[in-house]
Amino acid sequence: MFESLSEKLGGILDRLTRRGALSEADVDAALREVRRALLEADVALEVVHSFIDEVRKHAVGATVIKSVTPGQMVVKIVHDQLIAMLGASADPINLDAPAPVAVMMVGLQGSGKTTTTAKLARRLSQQMRRKVLMASLDVRRPAAMEQLAVLGRQVEVDTLPIVEGQQPPQIARRALEAGRLGGYDVVLLDTAGRTTLDDAMMAEAAEIKAAANPHEILLVADSLTGQDAVNLARAFDQRVGLTGIVLTRVDGDGRGGAALSMRAVTGKPIKLIGTGEKMDALEDFHPQRIADRILGMGDIISLVEKAAATIDAEHAMRVAEKMRKGAFDLSDLRSQLAQMQSMGGMAGLMGMMPGMAKMKSQLASANLDERVLKRQMAIIDSMTPKERRVPDLLKASRKKRIAAGSGTKPEDINRLLKMHRQMADMMKAMGGAKRGPMAGLAQMMGFGGGAPSPEDMAKLAQQMPGGIPGSPPGTLPPGFPGASGLPPTMPGMPAKFPGMPGLGGRPPGLGSLPGFGKKK
Amino acid sequence: MNDKPDDKRNWWQRLKGGLARTSASIGGALTDLVSKRKLDAAMLDEIEEVLIRADLGVDVAHRIAAAVGKDRYDKAISSDEVKAVVAAEVEKVMAPVAKPLEIGTDKPFVVLVVGVNGSGKTTTIGKLASKLRAEGRAVMLAAGDTFRAAAIEQLKIWGQRVGAPVIAREAGSDSAGLAFDAVQAAKAQGTDVLLIDTAGRLQNRAELMDELTKVVRVIKKVEPSAPHAVLLVLDATVGQNALSQVEVFTRIAGVTGLVMTKLDGTARGGILVAIAAKFGLPVHFVGVGEGVDDLEPFTAKDFARAIAGIDG
Ligand SMILES: Nc1nc2c(ncn2[C@@H]2O[C@H](COP(=O)(O)OP(=O)(O)O)[C@@H](O)[C@H]2O)c(=O)[nH]1
Ligand SMILES: Nc1nc2c(ncn2[C@@H]2O[C@H](COP(=O)(O)OP(=O)(O)O)[C@@H](O)[C@H]2O)c(=O)[nH]1
Ligand SMILES: [Mg+2]
Ligand SMILES: [Mg+2]
Repeated sequence: MFESLSEKLGGILDRLTRRGALSEADVDAALREVRRALLEADVALEVVHSFIDEVRKHAVGATVIKSVTPGQMVVKIVHDQLIAMLGASADPINLDAPAPVAVMMVGLQGSGKTTTTAKLARRLSQQMRRKVLMASLDVRRPAAMEQLAVLGRQVEVDTLPIVEGQQPPQIARRALEAGRLGGYDVVLLDTAGRTTLDDAMMAEAAEIKAAANPHEILLVADSLTGQDAVNLARAFDQRVGLTGIVLTRVDGDGRGGAALSMRAVTGKPIKLIGTGEKMDALEDFHPQRIADRILGMGDIISLVEKAAATIDAEHAMRVAEKMRKGAFDLSDLRSQLAQMQSMGGMAGLMGMMPGMAKMKSQLASANLDERVLKRQMAIIDSMTPKERRVPDLLKASRKKRIAAGSGTKPEDINRLLKMHRQMADMMKAMGGAKRGPMAGLAQMMGFGGGAPSPEDMAKLAQQMPGGIPGSPPGTLPPGFPGASGLPPTMPGMPAKFPGMPGLGGRPPGLGSLPGFGKKK
Repeated sequence: MNDKPDDKRNWWQRLKGGLARTSASIGGALTDLVSKRKLDAAMLDEIEEVLIRADLGVDVAHRIAAAVGKDRYDKAISSDEVKAVVAAEVEKVMAPVAKPLEIGTDKPFVVLVVGVNGSGKTTTIGKLASKLRAEGRAVMLAAGDTFRAAAIEQLKIWGQRVGAPVIAREAGSDSAGLAFDAVQAAKAQGTDVLLIDTAGRLQNRAELMDELTKVVRVIKKVEPSAPHAVLLVLDATVGQNALSQVEVFTRIAGVTGLVMTKLDGTARGGILVAIAAKFGLPVHFVGVGEGVDDLEPFTAKDFARAIAGIDG
């Protein structure tokens, strides 16, 4: 639905000549697009304004890193600022009070309070071994109490028996009394939904608070909320005093700007996110992920960061040129391997590409480690410069020498050579393609002009002669170093993806996957 | 319930009490504009911003602000005039889509109600059933949300409230099968209108959208002309994601009209303007509370005036 911000910024800024630092004009042009991106992500206007001011302060005069564009640089600054505003680290539910600790949920109608109450109860009882009691104080919505009771049975957490005719503050007192008598650690109070304009209902919430003296008061709010997020968060905070926010329906494809709005106007942390209707779909909040989503561009940020740290653009250009000419030799492969190693391997890169997360987790679970990269580099290191330039020279006797020198077997060398050939072919083909989700990756790896889409990749893979020796179609070769345990097919990947080097171990970028919804 | 029985004002009149207290109020913001001043670029920016704050979205807000500026640029204008012009421009977009839900001659007239989680589907069905009953129609409800805890009980309570039989199976059963039962029962019992509830689903969840496809298919098996109306229920607090909701639900379930709920809160539901501009789908009703009578026909003029913050 939304064009990626980085693309737009790229358009604006990349036309400008590259300078060492961002000028005010650069920044202004970029920030107009940032403003728009934030508004399209439903960040509240007043929050957008103060946010932009803050970013401007940081951006003007910031040094542009050599291998990234000014546009990417601004995106990075925006992103860092988003995280700063969302709260840098997870802020868990605090139960540090004498038992029974009361936790009260508030929010608009239908925001997910009852569901979240039950999810939280499940987490506290199953994972934290607390004895939990839930009570529904919703005397308005038909069957609301029944709903909580049903969920209580599902998650095996007690619910306060329903007594007809009681008012919410009364029920709250009864719940805490039952909590004390029953030796419960935590009492979760689910309340009726209320609009902030409903004075009687807002007063009721305050009364419940007075009756229960909750240690946590959590605003449960829909991540799909638009500009109203600021009103609702402010009003609930003023009337009942929030301790934190739970964002629900994060499994939707909303951009989640409400998170920033609510955090900004209340200063209260987002403590949890709901990622589905099922009872296990409750997760800790990672500012990084929401920030990426608000900006809507996968983890381009991590790419910029890593690019800044590891890539020498000129070198990449040289390699790209060689690739296009089909002159990608083993020395080039060696430097690619080294680069991959420093960037967390293929899996790490894949994870940063929008849409590639799934594939990446497969790779991560496949147990491929850094040793593979190291071994492959050791093989190349044992070759003479001439052998690296002209791999065809490598006959049996030379292979034996190299194997001895690198502590590997001749088969390992054959595999490496095969891989190099396939890569060289693939890269030549990639050199022609202009765009696609892997363009950024390709660029970083020195492919220059861009990379093919997954469809192109699939076609390409089909054209690869025979895939990889010894491997049944659709799988990585069993002998591929470290590939044991890799699932036979990797969703989202062409069946015969040529064995890329350095399917490195759990990459540092793991914590920053785009798209974080768990399925229901 | 929150509304007093003697409260006979229009819904937008009820809203304005709250408008003054919220920064989302376009009225509040426009009143901040100097009472009479030149309509210049800065003023147009302000107008655009108050529209953005009502969730109209950047593009539509810009377009409407531009329309306000046309022929008036550089002329002195009072804040009341600005509001009136803004309201007129919004009304222009909304008037073509303000259409009542016509209950056709098919019997049963089958209405399928869809939307994301918690938007107000079940409640809207209850309210709508009450309206239809008041018109003397025989109404039947189908508890098609077999997923959410106690969703069936919730609809049953509405059924009792409004005097409509409820077709239900036990929780967890197949919703398409339930829809099948319901259409057959409605046919057999000579029901005038059958309202079918469904589980909330986010439009990006392919497997849940497939389930909805199946519900529609099964309904057609019993009655090829059904469903005769498919209502998408939107929550007024929703932001830009509503556009995608409309697009996907229309593609999957053939939405024929919209209902916007929860306009009794601080949210203005301005995304409806963007939706009207882009999809032109009819808007039938607005929900303005949790009570059985809190469903009003959508009127472009009232909606536009509420967006612009015009009193009275
Ligand atoms: N997809 C999704 N649905 C949710 C989530 N949390 C709650 N829901 C659904 O939202 C609807 C309303 O939830 P409920 O807990 O009844 O809201 P309440 O009115 O605030 O108590 C139900 O259909 C829930 O299943 C979530 O994180 N993801
Ligand atoms: N204030 C207000 N609340 C509403 C309105 N319509 C529905 N609700 C409330 O929103 C919540 C969710 O409604 P429900 O019909 O269960 O949503 P569903 O999950 O889409 O079926 C309930 O608490 C309803 O009482 C409305 O127009 N105004
Ligand atoms: Mg509830
Ligand atoms: Mg429902």
